[in-house]
Amino acid sequence: MSSLSRDDVAKLAGLARIEMTEAELVELSSQFGMILDAVARVQEMDLSGVKATSHPQPLENIARPDVVQPSLSPEDALSGAPAQEESRFRVPQILGEAE
Amino acid sequence: MALPTYDEVVAKWDPVLGLEVHVELNTNSKMFCSCATEFGAAPNTQTCPVCLALPGALPVVNEKAIESTILIGLALNCKIAPYSRFARKNYFYPDMPKNFQISQYDEPICFDGYVDVEIETEEGPKQFRIEIERVHMEEDTGKSLHVGGATGRIHGADYSLLDYNRAGIPLVEIVTKIVPGTGKYAPEVAKAYVAELRDILRGLKVSDVKMEQGSLRCDANVSLKPIGSDVLGTRSETKNVNSLRSVERAIRGEMIRHAELLNDGKKVKQETRHFQEDTGLTRSGRSKEQAEDYRYFPDPDLVPVTPAAAWIEELRATLPERPSLRRKRLKEEWSVPDKEMAAMINADVLDIVEATVLLGADPTKARTWWLGEISRIANEKELPIAELSITPAHVAELVELVAKGELTDKLARQVVEGVVAGEGTPSEVVAKRGIKVVNDDGALMAAIEKVCAEQAETAEKVRGGHLPAAGALIGAVMKETKGQADAARVRELLLGHLGVN
Repeated sequence: MSSLSRDDVAKLAGLARIEMTEAELVELSSQFGMILDAVARVQEMDLSGVKATSHPQPLENIARPDVVQPSLSPEDALSGAPAQEESRFRVPQILGEAE
Repeated sequence: MALPTYDEVVAKWDPVLGLEVHVELNTNSKMFCSCATEFGAAPNTQTCPVCLALPGALPVVNEKAIESTILIGLALNCKIAPYSRFARKNYFYPDMPKNFQISQYDEPICFDGYVDVEIETEEGPKQFRIEIERVHMEEDTGKSLHVGGATGRIHGADYSLLDYNRAGIPLVEIVTKIVPGTGKYAPEVAKAYVAELRDILRGLKVSDVKMEQGSLRCDANVSLKPIGSDVLGTRSETKNVNSLRSVERAIRGEMIRHAELLNDGKKVKQETRHFQEDTGLTRSGRSKEQAEDYRYFPDPDLVPVTPAAAWIEELRATLPERPSLRRKRLKEEWSVPDKEMAAMINADVLDIVEATVLLGADPTKARTWWLGEISRIANEKELPIAELSITPAHVAELVELVAKGELTDKLARQVVEGVVAGEGTPSEVVAKRGIKVVNDDGALMAAIEKVCAEQAETAEKVRGGHLPAAGALIGAVMKETKGQADAARVRELLLGHLGVN
């Protein structure tokens, strides 16, 4: 059976910016194990010659011409913003990241 | 311990480079939506549900961006992948509203290429081959403005303001393999590489390649190893390098900084550093280890890109002449001395001079105007030469007017001034300002007689056969006629007037 350690789950939660309690971390680590096992059954099949897929439809080369269409007005663009200033989205201070 | 000098550094250490160049494509619309891409537009006027990541919005790739990226790959001697995909690079940072950037991961569209660059050394020109690892497509991020704090930087800022006009502009990343063996020339090789890349991209017409506006940006990875060693040292990655000169300075500065640490028995930290344009030094940014867990996976909203082989060959057939070959050709065609050629490349006037010559101007004259008077005005105004309102057509016209004797060089300079001031074409400036060569012998004779009367003593010397003294009189006549006279004609008339030949 696959397993994910409590620390693995804590790291994933951190990367996804999800706050979790200690109890949730422990509970999820066993649940993740079961999920991984379920998905791992795919490996039991003979997949030689089957291309990895990332889209449900067998489509390729869907593109659009390089033509400009009207954008939203800045008022509309900002209408859902929790805070704004000078026609810009205002976000809390960003620490410990790149400049 | 004192900072080692650059010579001391390269006597002991061997630099290894890695360069990542980001190029904003000059498409009309964004990478995955149809918003405009105009530089400098008012904040958040070029956004839509896709680039703002509103729920349910779906990206569709810009076909011109794919074409441009393939052209870049071909120009850099890359192979073009018959099948490649987009991937999500996940990170939380407000410059991307989706909380991921669409990029390419293990399936870049172009790979395995090279660029040859040449630099001038004490031992003559030297060639280096820079190998290209990959060229891939992605999207640019929004612009943050940090408010509060003393410095306008992130540290100490109270909050940040985001403009998403730039978010989603097509971006191409060009990554080199590690570049060994450049030794003491490392900074110059890197600069020459970025310059060559810029010229190639400009030739392809796929980007504005304006480093000062950020449409071409370079991240420089540098590490040092002891000379003769095969073991790579720890690298630092310097971002924010926004001019060709800065590429050179940043690498030189990092080599010295690394050597100082290593000489002291300390370790170089693997981290991102930020180049400071004012001091030429770098400042520590985030440390790399924490930052590199992007959990890439294929973007399920986009389908694979599978360019047809025939289309790739069609594009290959349209590739323009390689810039390095073009420079060699122009140098020969125009018979330009090495030094002048280097000056033109340095001043970035090659394109503009060529355009002028193609309009019929003499190559030497065209070069002299652009490198001389016009460069001087550009420097004075602190503007790139291309942003002055004078064009190759204006200069070609000017050269013709001088050749026909309708303007003297001195008058032509006044005309240039007028064209730059937006007074119109050279002919229009000539008409408006009433500039003309005084070819009226009567008017010239009047001036000559006046000058000879005022400077009777000098005139007497000339009359006595002391010809060098004539220069002062000719100068005075030119002044009298406000530079509008043809100096050769003045000399002829003056000497005739004074009875000498």
